Amino acid sequence: MPPEGEAESAAARPHGNGNGNGHNGHADAEAALRAAVREQAARDEAAREDDPDREDADGGGLTALPGRLVRGVSGWVTSRVPAADLDERDPDYIRESLPRLWLLCSFWFRGEVRGLGNIPEDGPVLLVGNHSGGNMTPDTLLFTLAFSTYFGVERVFHQLAHNLVVSMPFLSPLRKFGTVAASHENARKALRSGAAVLVYPGGDYDVFRPTWQGSRIDFGGRKGFIKLAIDEKVPIVPVVSIGGQETALFLSRGEHLAKALMLDKLFRLKALSISIALPWGLNIGDMAGHIPLPAKITVEALPPIDLQEEFGEAPDPDEVYDHLVRTMQETLDALAAERRLPLIG
Amino acid sequence: MRANACIEIGAPAALIWREVSDPARYLHFMSGVTRWEVSGEQRTGVGARYRMLLAVGSAEVGGLIEVVESKEPSDLAWTSVTGVDQRGRWRLRERTRESGSPVTRVELRLAYGVAGAGLAGWVAERLAAPSVRGHLRRSLWQLKRQVEHEQLRAQAAERRAARAGV
Repeated sequence: MPPEGEAESAAARPHGNGNGNGHNGHADAEAALRAAVREQAARDEAAREDDPDREDADGGGLTALPGRLVRGVSGWVTSRVPAADLDERDPDYIRESLPRLWLLCSFWFRGEVRGLGNIPEDGPVLLVGNHSGGNMTPDTLLFTLAFSTYFGVERVFHQLAHNLVVSMPFLSPLRKFGTVAASHENARKALRSGAAVLVYPGGDYDVFRPTWQGSRIDFGGRKGFIKLAIDEKVPIVPVVSIGGQETALFLSRGEHLAKALMLDKLFRLKALSISIALPWGLNIGDMAGHIPLPAKITVEALPPIDLQEEFGEAPDPDEVYDHLVRTMQETLDALAAERRLPLIG
Repeated sequence: MRANACIEIGAPAALIWREVSDPARYLHFMSGVTRWEVSGEQRTGVGARYRMLLAVGSAEVGGLIEVVESKEPSDLAWTSVTGVDQRGRWRLRERTRESGSPVTRVELRLAYGVAGAGLAGWVAERLAAPSVRGHLRRSLWQLKRQVEHEQLRAQAAERRAARAGV
Protein backbone atom coordinates (compact mmCIF):
# COMPACT_ATOMS: atom_id res chain seq x y z
CA MET A 1 0.00 0.00 0.00
CA PRO A 2 1.48 3.38 -0.86
CA PRO A 3 1.75 5.81 2.01
CA GLU A 4 -1.29 8.00 2.26
CA GLY A 5 0.65 11.22 1.77
CA GLU A 6 2.19 9.95 -1.45
CA ALA A 7 -1.19 8.93 -2.83
CA GLU A 8 -2.60 12.33 -2.04
CA SER A 9 0.23 14.28 -3.65
CA ALA A 10 0.06 12.13 -6.80
CA ALA A 11 -3.64 12.86 -7.15
CA ALA A 12 -3.20 16.59 -6.57
CA ARG A 13 -0.22 17.20 -8.85
CA PRO A 14 -1.88 17.52 -12.33
CA HIS A 15 -4.41 20.05 -11.01
CA GLY A 16 -1.84 22.04 -9.13
CA ASN A 17 0.32 22.53 -12.24
CA GLY A 18 -2.43 23.44 -14.71
CA ASN A 19 -2.66 27.13 -13.82
CA GLY A 20 -1.72 28.82 -17.13
CA ASN A 21 -3.98 30.48 -19.74
CA GLY A 22 -3.86 30.55 -23.54
CA HIS A 23 -1.76 28.41 -25.88
CA ASN A 24 1.46 28.60 -23.89
CA GLY A 25 -0.38 27.98 -20.67
CA HIS A 26 -2.18 25.04 -22.23
CA ALA A 27 1.11 23.59 -23.55
CA ASP A 28 2.70 24.08 -20.15
CA ALA A 29 -0.18 22.30 -18.50
CA GLU A 30 0.03 19.43 -21.02
CA ALA A 31 3.78 19.15 -20.45
CA ALA A 32 3.26 19.19 -16.73
CA LEU A 33 0.58 16.52 -17.02
CA ARG A 34 2.84 14.33 -19.19
CA ALA A 35 5.64 14.80 -16.66
CA ALA A 36 3.30 13.85 -13.84
CA VAL A 37 2.21 10.70 -15.70
CA ARG A 38 5.86 9.76 -16.37
CA GLU A 39 6.68 10.43 -12.75
CA GLN A 40 3.77 8.28 -11.60
CA ALA A 41 4.84 5.47 -13.95
CA ALA A 42 8.39 5.65 -12.58
CA ARG A 43 7.05 5.57 -9.05
CA ASP A 44 4.86 2.53 -9.85
CA GLU A 45 7.87 0.81 -11.38
CA ALA A 46 9.95 1.56 -8.30
CA ALA A 47 7.19 0.25 -6.06
CA ARG A 48 7.08 -2.96 -8.13
CA GLU A 49 10.82 -3.37 -7.73
CA ASP A 50 10.57 -2.75 -3.98
CA ASP A 51 7.83 -5.31 -3.54
CA PRO A 52 8.17 -8.27 -5.88
CA ASP A 53 4.95 -9.81 -4.49
CA ARG A 54 2.95 -6.85 -5.60
CA GLU A 55 1.12 -7.17 -8.91
CA ASP A 56 0.12 -4.24 -10.96
CA ALA A 57 -3.46 -3.32 -10.17
CA ASP A 58 -4.39 -2.61 -13.77
CA GLY A 59 -2.15 -5.20 -15.37
CA GLY A 60 -1.93 -8.91 -14.87
CA GLY A 61 -4.71 -9.79 -17.31
CA LEU A 62 -7.18 -7.21 -16.09
CA THR A 63 -8.73 -4.94 -18.62
CA ALA A 64 -8.52 -1.18 -18.20
CA LEU A 65 -12.03 -0.71 -16.75
CA PRO A 66 -11.78 -3.29 -13.97
CA GLY A 67 -8.30 -1.94 -13.32
CA ARG A 68 -9.69 1.54 -12.74
CA LEU A 69 -12.47 0.05 -10.63
CA VAL A 70 -9.92 -1.82 -8.52
CA ARG A 71 -7.89 1.38 -8.08
CA GLY A 72 -11.02 3.28 -7.16
CA VAL A 73 -12.22 0.80 -4.55
CA SER A 74 -8.71 0.31 -3.24
CA GLY A 75 -8.30 4.09 -2.99
CA TRP A 76 -11.62 4.36 -1.16
CA VAL A 77 -10.49 1.78 1.40
CA THR A 78 -7.14 3.53 1.72
CA SER A 79 -8.90 6.84 2.31
CA ARG A 80 -10.90 5.26 5.12
CA VAL A 81 -7.76 4.12 6.93
CA PRO A 82 -7.27 6.75 9.60
CA ALA A 83 -3.89 8.43 9.76
CA ALA A 84 -1.90 6.99 12.64
CA ASP A 85 -2.41 9.27 15.57
CA LEU A 86 -0.55 7.74 18.46
CA ASP A 87 -2.27 10.16 20.80
CA GLU A 88 -5.57 8.41 20.19
CA ARG A 89 -4.45 5.78 22.68
CA ASP A 90 -6.39 6.43 25.86
CA PRO A 91 -4.92 4.93 29.07
CA ASP A 92 -8.06 5.70 31.09
CA TYR A 93 -10.23 3.88 28.57
CA ILE A 94 -7.88 0.89 28.61
CA ARG A 95 -7.88 0.83 32.40
CA GLU A 96 -11.67 0.92 32.54
CA SER A 97 -11.86 -1.84 29.93
CA LEU A 98 -9.51 -4.19 31.73
CA PRO A 99 -12.23 -5.82 33.89
CA ARG A 100 -14.18 -6.72 30.72
CA LEU A 101 -11.08 -8.21 29.15
CA TRP A 102 -10.20 -9.96 32.39
CA LEU A 103 -13.65 -11.58 32.60
CA LEU A 104 -13.45 -12.77 29.01
CA CYS A 105 -9.89 -14.03 29.21
CA SER A 106 -10.13 -15.61 32.65
CA PHE A 107 -13.46 -17.37 32.41
CA TRP A 108 -14.01 -17.97 28.70
CA PHE A 109 -10.48 -18.61 27.44
CA ARG A 110 -8.88 -19.56 30.79
CA GLY A 111 -5.94 -17.60 29.50
CA GLU A 112 -2.44 -18.00 30.77
CA VAL A 113 0.42 -15.64 29.93
CA ARG A 114 4.00 -16.54 30.76
CA GLY A 115 7.33 -14.83 30.46
CA LEU A 116 6.21 -11.20 30.69
CA GLY A 117 9.37 -10.63 32.71
CA ASN A 118 11.32 -11.27 29.49
CA ILE A 119 10.03 -8.04 28.02
CA PRO A 120 12.43 -5.14 28.70
CA GLU A 121 11.10 -2.96 31.51
CA ASP A 122 11.19 0.19 29.41
CA GLY A 123 12.14 1.55 26.03
CA PRO A 124 10.94 0.58 22.57
CA VAL A 125 10.56 -3.08 21.77
CA LEU A 126 9.10 -5.00 18.86
CA LEU A 127 6.88 -7.83 20.04
CA VAL A 128 6.52 -10.38 17.25
CA GLY A 129 3.73 -12.89 17.55
CA ASN A 130 2.04 -15.70 15.72
CA HIS A 131 -1.57 -14.84 15.11
CA SER A 132 -4.51 -17.13 15.75
CA GLY A 133 -8.26 -17.28 16.05
CA GLY A 134 -9.59 -15.60 12.91
CA ASN A 135 -10.92 -12.08 13.18
CA MET A 136 -11.75 -12.49 16.88
CA THR A 137 -8.00 -12.76 17.74
CA PRO A 138 -8.32 -13.98 21.34
CA ASP A 139 -4.53 -14.11 21.64
CA THR A 140 -4.32 -10.34 21.10
CA LEU A 141 -7.02 -9.69 23.70
CA LEU A 142 -5.24 -11.85 26.24
CA PHE A 143 -1.82 -10.40 25.57
CA THR A 144 -3.13 -6.82 25.69
CA LEU A 145 -4.75 -7.54 29.05
CA ALA A 146 -1.62 -9.18 30.42
CA PHE A 147 0.72 -6.47 29.13
CA SER A 148 -1.49 -3.64 30.43
CA THR A 149 -1.84 -5.11 33.91
CA TYR A 150 1.80 -6.19 34.17
CA PHE A 151 3.42 -2.95 33.02
CA GLY A 152 0.47 -0.67 33.77
CA VAL A 153 -1.60 1.25 31.26
CA GLU A 154 0.92 4.08 31.55
CA ARG A 155 3.43 2.15 29.45
CA VAL A 156 2.68 2.96 25.83
CA PHE A 157 1.76 -0.11 23.84
CA HIS A 158 0.63 -0.15 20.21
CA GLN A 159 -0.67 -3.01 18.13
CA LEU A 160 -0.44 -3.07 14.36
CA ALA A 161 -3.62 -4.21 12.62
CA HIS A 162 -4.82 -4.76 9.09
CA ASN A 163 -6.17 -1.70 7.25
CA LEU A 164 -9.66 -3.19 7.15
CA VAL A 165 -9.71 -3.57 10.92
CA VAL A 166 -8.79 0.03 11.69
CA SER A 167 -11.10 1.43 9.00
CA MET A 168 -14.24 -0.29 10.30
CA PRO A 169 -16.36 2.28 12.17
CA PHE A 170 -17.60 -0.15 14.84
CA LEU A 171 -14.01 -1.11 15.67
CA SER A 172 -12.94 2.46 16.38
CA PRO A 173 -12.55 1.71 20.14
CA LEU A 174 -9.53 -0.38 19.15
CA ARG A 175 -7.71 2.87 18.38
CA LYS A 176 -8.13 3.85 22.03
CA PHE A 177 -6.26 0.67 22.88
CA GLY A 178 -3.40 1.90 20.72
CA THR A 179 -4.17 -0.07 17.57
CA VAL A 180 -2.83 1.56 14.40
CA ALA A 181 -2.81 0.47 10.75
CA ALA A 182 0.01 -1.92 9.96
CA SER A 183 2.59 0.00 7.98
CA HIS A 184 6.30 0.65 8.34
CA GLU A 185 5.65 4.36 8.83
CA ASN A 186 3.27 3.77 11.74
CA ALA A 187 5.53 1.17 13.33
CA ARG A 188 8.55 3.48 13.04
CA LYS A 189 6.60 6.37 14.50
CA ALA A 190 5.47 4.25 17.44
CA LEU A 191 8.92 2.79 18.11
CA ARG A 192 10.56 6.22 17.91
CA SER A 193 8.11 7.44 20.52
CA GLY A 194 9.49 4.74 22.84
CA ALA A 195 6.48 2.44 22.69
CA ALA A 196 6.24 -1.33 22.75
CA VAL A 197 4.80 -2.42 19.40
CA LEU A 198 3.04 -5.71 18.79
CA VAL A 199 3.19 -6.99 15.24
CA TYR A 200 1.87 -10.16 13.68
CA PRO A 201 3.95 -10.62 10.53
CA GLY A 202 1.73 -13.45 9.29
CA GLY A 203 -1.35 -11.24 9.54
CA ASP A 204 -4.41 -12.51 7.69
CA TYR A 205 -2.35 -15.34 6.18
CA ASP A 206 -1.41 -16.66 9.63
CA VAL A 207 -4.66 -16.02 11.46
CA PHE A 208 -6.73 -18.11 9.06
CA ARG A 209 -4.43 -21.13 8.85
CA PRO A 210 -6.34 -24.41 9.12
CA THR A 211 -7.05 -25.64 12.64
CA TRP A 212 -4.84 -28.70 12.15
CA GLN A 213 -1.93 -26.31 11.53
CA GLY A 214 -2.63 -24.51 14.81
CA SER A 215 0.79 -25.35 16.20
CA ARG A 216 2.75 -24.14 13.19
CA ILE A 217 4.57 -20.84 12.90
CA ASP A 218 3.90 -19.57 9.40
CA PHE A 219 4.61 -15.94 8.60
CA GLY A 220 4.34 -16.61 4.87
CA GLY A 221 7.93 -15.42 4.37
CA ARG A 222 7.13 -11.84 5.47
CA LYS A 223 10.31 -10.25 6.75
CA GLY A 224 9.58 -6.52 6.71
CA PHE A 225 9.45 -6.41 10.51
CA ILE A 226 13.08 -7.58 10.70
CA LYS A 227 14.27 -4.67 8.58
CA LEU A 228 12.25 -2.41 10.84
CA ALA A 229 13.89 -3.79 13.99
CA ILE A 230 17.35 -3.51 12.39
CA ASP A 231 16.78 0.06 11.23
CA GLU A 232 15.35 1.20 14.54
CA LYS A 233 17.86 -0.85 16.58
CA VAL A 234 15.15 -2.26 18.85
CA PRO A 235 15.09 -5.74 20.37
CA ILE A 236 12.60 -8.32 19.16
CA VAL A 237 10.62 -10.24 21.75
CA PRO A 238 8.97 -13.34 20.25
CA VAL A 239 5.45 -13.94 21.58
CA VAL A 240 4.11 -17.43 20.99
CA SER A 241 0.49 -18.37 21.49
CA ILE A 242 -1.54 -21.53 21.20
CA GLY A 243 -5.24 -22.33 21.36
CA GLY A 244 -6.63 -19.56 19.18
CA GLN A 245 -7.01 -21.81 16.18
CA GLU A 246 -9.35 -24.04 18.19
CA THR A 247 -11.92 -21.28 18.69
CA ALA A 248 -13.49 -22.34 15.36
CA LEU A 249 -12.87 -25.07 12.84
CA PHE A 250 -10.78 -23.30 10.23
CA LEU A 251 -10.86 -25.36 7.07
CA SER A 252 -8.94 -23.28 4.55
CA ARG A 253 -7.32 -19.90 4.12
CA GLY A 254 -9.23 -19.52 0.86
CA GLU A 255 -6.29 -17.87 -0.87
CA HIS A 256 -7.55 -18.78 -4.34
CA LEU A 257 -11.00 -17.42 -3.51
CA ALA A 258 -9.46 -14.16 -2.28
CA LYS A 259 -7.45 -13.88 -5.47
CA ALA A 260 -10.41 -14.71 -7.73
CA LEU A 261 -12.46 -11.97 -6.03
CA MET A 262 -9.48 -9.59 -6.31
CA LEU A 263 -9.58 -9.03 -2.55
CA ASP A 264 -5.81 -8.97 -2.47
CA LYS A 265 -5.86 -5.91 -4.73
CA LEU A 266 -8.96 -4.28 -3.28
CA PHE A 267 -8.32 -4.69 0.42
CA ARG A 268 -4.83 -6.26 0.68
CA LEU A 269 -6.57 -9.45 1.82
CA LYS A 270 -4.54 -12.52 0.98
CA ALA A 271 -7.06 -14.89 2.52
CA LEU A 272 -10.82 -15.37 2.58
CA SER A 273 -11.10 -18.04 5.20
CA ILE A 274 -13.54 -20.90 5.10
CA SER A 275 -14.45 -22.11 8.55
CA ILE A 276 -17.19 -23.66 10.61
CA ALA A 277 -17.98 -21.29 13.43
CA LEU A 278 -20.75 -20.21 15.75
CA PRO A 279 -23.36 -18.92 15.11
CA TRP A 280 -23.07 -19.06 11.32
CA GLY A 281 -22.20 -22.65 10.62
CA LEU A 282 -20.28 -22.32 7.40
CA ASN A 283 -18.44 -19.03 7.73
CA ILE A 284 -16.82 -17.49 4.66
CA GLY A 285 -14.38 -14.69 5.29
CA ASP A 286 -15.20 -14.23 8.99
CA MET A 287 -15.96 -10.57 8.22
CA ALA A 288 -18.71 -10.40 10.83
CA GLY A 289 -16.62 -12.33 13.30
CA HIS A 290 -17.91 -15.35 15.16
CA ILE A 291 -18.53 -16.57 18.67
CA PRO A 292 -15.23 -18.17 19.60
CA LEU A 293 -15.31 -21.54 21.25
CA PRO A 294 -13.94 -21.45 24.81
CA ALA A 295 -10.53 -22.85 23.97
CA LYS A 296 -7.77 -22.46 26.52
CA ILE A 297 -5.29 -19.87 25.27
CA THR A 298 -1.69 -19.87 26.40
CA VAL A 299 0.76 -17.12 25.47
CA GLU A 300 4.47 -17.11 26.20
CA ALA A 301 6.89 -14.23 25.74
CA LEU A 302 10.45 -15.37 25.04
CA PRO A 303 13.73 -13.67 25.94
CA PRO A 304 14.50 -10.62 23.81
CA ILE A 305 16.71 -10.90 20.75
CA ASP A 306 19.15 -8.04 20.28
CA LEU A 307 19.76 -8.28 16.55
CA GLN A 308 23.01 -6.31 16.44
CA GLU A 309 24.40 -8.22 19.40
CA GLU A 310 23.44 -11.67 18.12
CA PHE A 311 23.83 -11.26 14.37
CA GLY A 312 26.45 -8.53 14.02
CA GLU A 313 26.29 -4.90 12.97
CA ALA A 314 24.49 -5.67 9.69
CA PRO A 315 22.24 -8.63 10.38
CA ASP A 316 21.05 -10.74 7.47
CA PRO A 317 17.22 -10.64 7.52
CA ASP A 318 16.98 -14.18 6.17
CA GLU A 319 19.19 -15.50 8.95
CA VAL A 320 17.23 -13.59 11.59
CA TYR A 321 13.95 -14.82 10.12
CA ASP A 322 15.06 -18.46 10.19
CA HIS A 323 16.34 -18.12 13.76
CA LEU A 324 13.16 -16.42 14.95
CA VAL A 325 10.81 -18.90 13.28
CA ARG A 326 12.85 -21.84 14.62
CA THR A 327 12.85 -20.43 18.18
CA MET A 328 9.13 -19.72 18.10
CA GLN A 329 8.37 -23.11 16.58
CA GLU A 330 10.29 -24.89 19.35
CA THR A 331 8.28 -23.02 21.98
CA LEU A 332 5.03 -23.68 20.17
CA ASP A 333 5.87 -27.39 19.97
CA ALA A 334 6.48 -27.40 23.73
CA LEU A 335 3.19 -25.60 24.37
CA ALA A 336 1.40 -28.06 22.04
CA ALA A 337 2.92 -30.99 23.92
CA GLU A 338 1.43 -29.63 27.16
CA ARG A 339 -2.07 -29.72 25.72
CA ARG A 340 -3.91 -32.95 26.30
CA LEU A 341 -7.18 -32.17 24.58
CA PRO A 342 -8.34 -29.59 22.05
CA LEU A 343 -10.34 -26.71 23.58
CA ILE A 344 -9.75 -27.94 27.12
CA GLY A 345 -6.02 -27.51 26.87
CA MET B 1 -14.73 -4.98 46.88
CA ARG B 2 -13.16 -5.79 50.20
CA ALA B 3 -11.52 -9.03 51.15
CA ASN B 4 -9.96 -9.86 54.46
CA ALA B 5 -8.53 -12.75 56.39
CA CYS B 6 -7.24 -13.14 59.91
CA ILE B 7 -5.26 -15.59 61.93
CA GLU B 8 -3.72 -15.93 65.39
CA ILE B 9 0.03 -16.32 65.50
CA GLY B 10 1.77 -17.49 68.63
CA ALA B 11 4.42 -14.80 68.58
CA PRO B 12 4.83 -11.20 69.74
CA ALA B 13 3.66 -8.50 67.35
CA ALA B 14 7.20 -7.14 67.04
CA LEU B 15 8.36 -10.39 65.48
CA ILE B 16 5.51 -10.35 62.96
CA TRP B 17 6.07 -6.68 62.25
CA ARG B 18 9.61 -7.50 61.21
CA GLU B 19 8.20 -9.74 58.48
CA VAL B 20 5.38 -7.56 57.20
CA SER B 21 7.35 -4.33 57.17
CA ASP B 22 10.25 -5.75 55.17
CA PRO B 23 9.55 -5.68 51.41
CA ALA B 24 12.26 -8.26 50.76
CA ARG B 25 10.27 -10.92 52.64
CA TYR B 26 6.95 -10.58 50.82
CA LEU B 27 7.75 -13.04 48.06
CA HIS B 28 8.45 -15.67 50.74
CA PHE B 29 5.05 -15.67 52.36
CA MET B 30 2.56 -13.81 50.15
CA SER B 31 0.59 -16.26 48.06
CA GLY B 32 -0.03 -15.23 44.44
CA VAL B 33 2.35 -12.28 44.66
CA THR B 34 4.69 -12.41 41.69
CA ARG B 35 6.43 -9.09 42.33
CA TRP B 36 7.03 -6.86 45.33
CA GLU B 37 9.88 -4.52 44.54
CA VAL B 38 10.99 -1.31 46.14
CA SER B 39 10.51 1.64 43.83
CA GLY B 40 12.65 4.60 44.77
CA GLU B 41 15.14 5.31 47.53
CA GLN B 42 13.00 4.71 50.59
CA ARG B 43 12.61 1.04 51.56
CA THR B 44 10.21 1.21 54.51
CA GLY B 45 7.96 3.60 56.40
CA VAL B 46 5.41 6.15 55.27
CA GLY B 47 6.14 7.21 51.71
CA ALA B 48 7.90 4.00 50.67
CA ARG B 49 6.75 2.80 47.29
CA TYR B 50 6.59 -0.72 45.94
CA ARG B 51 5.71 -2.22 42.61
CA MET B 52 3.56 -5.24 43.30
CA LEU B 53 1.66 -7.78 41.25
CA LEU B 54 -0.84 -10.41 42.33
CA ALA B 55 -1.87 -13.24 40.01
CA VAL B 56 -5.64 -13.30 39.70
CA GLY B 57 -7.26 -15.22 36.88
CA SER B 58 -5.54 -14.54 33.57
CA ALA B 59 -3.67 -11.45 34.70
CA GLU B 60 -1.15 -10.25 37.19
CA VAL B 61 -2.84 -7.21 38.66
CA GLY B 62 -1.44 -4.54 40.91
CA GLY B 63 0.71 -1.55 40.19
CA LEU B 64 2.61 1.01 42.16
CA ILE B 65 1.58 1.29 45.82
CA GLU B 66 2.65 3.65 48.58
CA VAL B 67 2.74 3.13 52.33
CA VAL B 68 0.44 5.71 53.92
CA GLU B 69 0.44 4.54 57.52
CA SER B 70 3.14 2.81 59.51
CA LYS B 71 2.62 2.44 63.27
CA GLU B 72 5.08 -0.04 64.60
CA PRO B 73 4.17 -2.73 65.59
CA SER B 74 0.44 -2.58 64.94
CA ASP B 75 -0.68 -1.00 61.66
CA LEU B 76 0.75 -0.84 58.16
CA ALA B 77 -1.45 0.52 55.39
CA TRP B 78 -0.89 1.23 51.72
CA THR B 79 -2.80 2.67 48.84
CA SER B 80 -2.37 2.45 45.08
CA VAL B 81 -0.64 5.12 43.06
CA THR B 82 -1.08 3.50 39.63
CA GLY B 83 -2.78 0.33 38.43
CA VAL B 84 -5.80 -1.27 40.03
CA ASP B 85 -7.29 0.83 42.83
CA GLN B 86 -6.41 -0.79 46.12
CA ARG B 87 -6.06 -0.15 49.81
CA GLY B 88 -4.39 -2.70 51.99
CA ARG B 89 -3.75 -2.97 55.69
CA TRP B 90 -1.96 -5.18 58.17
CA ARG B 91 -3.47 -5.03 61.68
CA LEU B 92 -1.49 -6.69 64.41
CA ARG B 93 -3.06 -6.89 67.89
CA GLU B 94 -1.07 -8.60 70.61
CA ARG B 95 -2.48 -10.10 73.82
CA THR B 96 -1.15 -12.48 76.42
CA ARG B 97 -2.47 -15.99 76.91
CA GLU B 98 -3.31 -17.37 80.35
CA SER B 99 -0.08 -19.31 80.12
CA GLY B 100 1.73 -16.01 79.78
CA SER B 101 2.91 -16.52 76.22
CA PRO B 102 2.16 -13.78 73.69
CA VAL B 103 -0.27 -14.30 70.84
CA THR B 104 -1.00 -11.84 68.03
CA ARG B 105 -4.15 -11.56 66.00
CA VAL B 106 -3.09 -10.68 62.45
CA GLU B 107 -5.59 -9.29 60.00
CA LEU B 108 -4.86 -8.62 56.35
CA ARG B 109 -7.36 -6.45 54.50
CA LEU B 110 -7.45 -5.62 50.83
CA ALA B 111 -10.02 -3.38 49.15
CA TYR B 112 -9.75 -3.28 45.38
CA GLY B 113 -11.57 -2.24 42.25
CA VAL B 114 -11.36 -0.26 39.05
CA ALA B 115 -13.16 3.05 39.28
CA GLY B 116 -15.25 3.80 36.20
CA ALA B 117 -15.36 0.22 34.94
CA GLY B 118 -19.14 0.00 35.35
CA LEU B 119 -21.05 -3.24 35.49
CA ALA B 120 -18.16 -5.31 34.13
CA GLY B 121 -15.96 -3.94 36.89
CA TRP B 122 -18.58 -4.79 39.53
CA VAL B 123 -18.90 -8.36 38.21
CA ALA B 124 -15.13 -8.80 37.84
CA GLU B 125 -14.51 -7.63 41.42
CA ARG B 126 -16.96 -10.20 42.77
CA LEU B 127 -15.73 -13.03 40.61
CA ALA B 128 -12.15 -12.27 41.59
CA ALA B 129 -13.02 -12.23 45.30
CA PRO B 130 -12.68 -15.99 45.99
CA SER B 131 -9.25 -16.00 44.37
CA VAL B 132 -8.13 -12.90 46.29
CA ARG B 133 -9.49 -14.23 49.59
CA GLY B 134 -7.70 -17.52 48.94
CA HIS B 135 -4.44 -15.67 48.41
CA LEU B 136 -4.91 -13.68 51.63
CA ARG B 137 -5.74 -16.80 53.66
CA ARG B 138 -2.76 -18.74 52.31
CA SER B 139 -0.50 -15.74 52.88
CA LEU B 140 -1.49 -15.61 56.54
CA TRP B 141 -0.93 -19.34 57.00
CA GLN B 142 2.49 -19.03 55.41
CA LEU B 143 3.28 -16.02 57.58
CA LYS B 144 2.21 -17.94 60.68
CA ARG B 145 4.36 -20.92 59.75
CA GLN B 146 7.34 -18.72 58.97
CA VAL B 147 7.13 -16.63 62.15
CA GLU B 148 6.42 -19.52 64.49
CA HIS B 149 9.19 -21.64 63.00
CA GLU B 150 11.57 -18.74 63.27
CA GLN B 151 10.54 -18.28 66.90
CA LEU B 152 11.05 -21.97 67.64
CA ARG B 153 14.48 -21.84 66.05
CA ALA B 154 15.35 -18.75 68.08
CA GLN B 155 14.16 -20.43 71.31
CA ALA B 156 16.15 -23.57 70.50
CA ALA B 157 19.23 -21.44 69.85
CA GLU B 158 18.73 -19.72 73.22
CA ARG B 159 18.45 -23.07 74.98
CA ARG B 160 21.60 -24.31 73.29
CA ALA B 161 23.43 -21.15 74.27
CA ALA B 162 22.20 -21.51 77.87
CA ARG B 163 23.35 -25.13 78.00
CA ALA B 164 26.71 -24.22 76.56
CA GLY B 165 27.00 -21.45 79.19
CA VAL B 166 26.28 -23.92 82.00
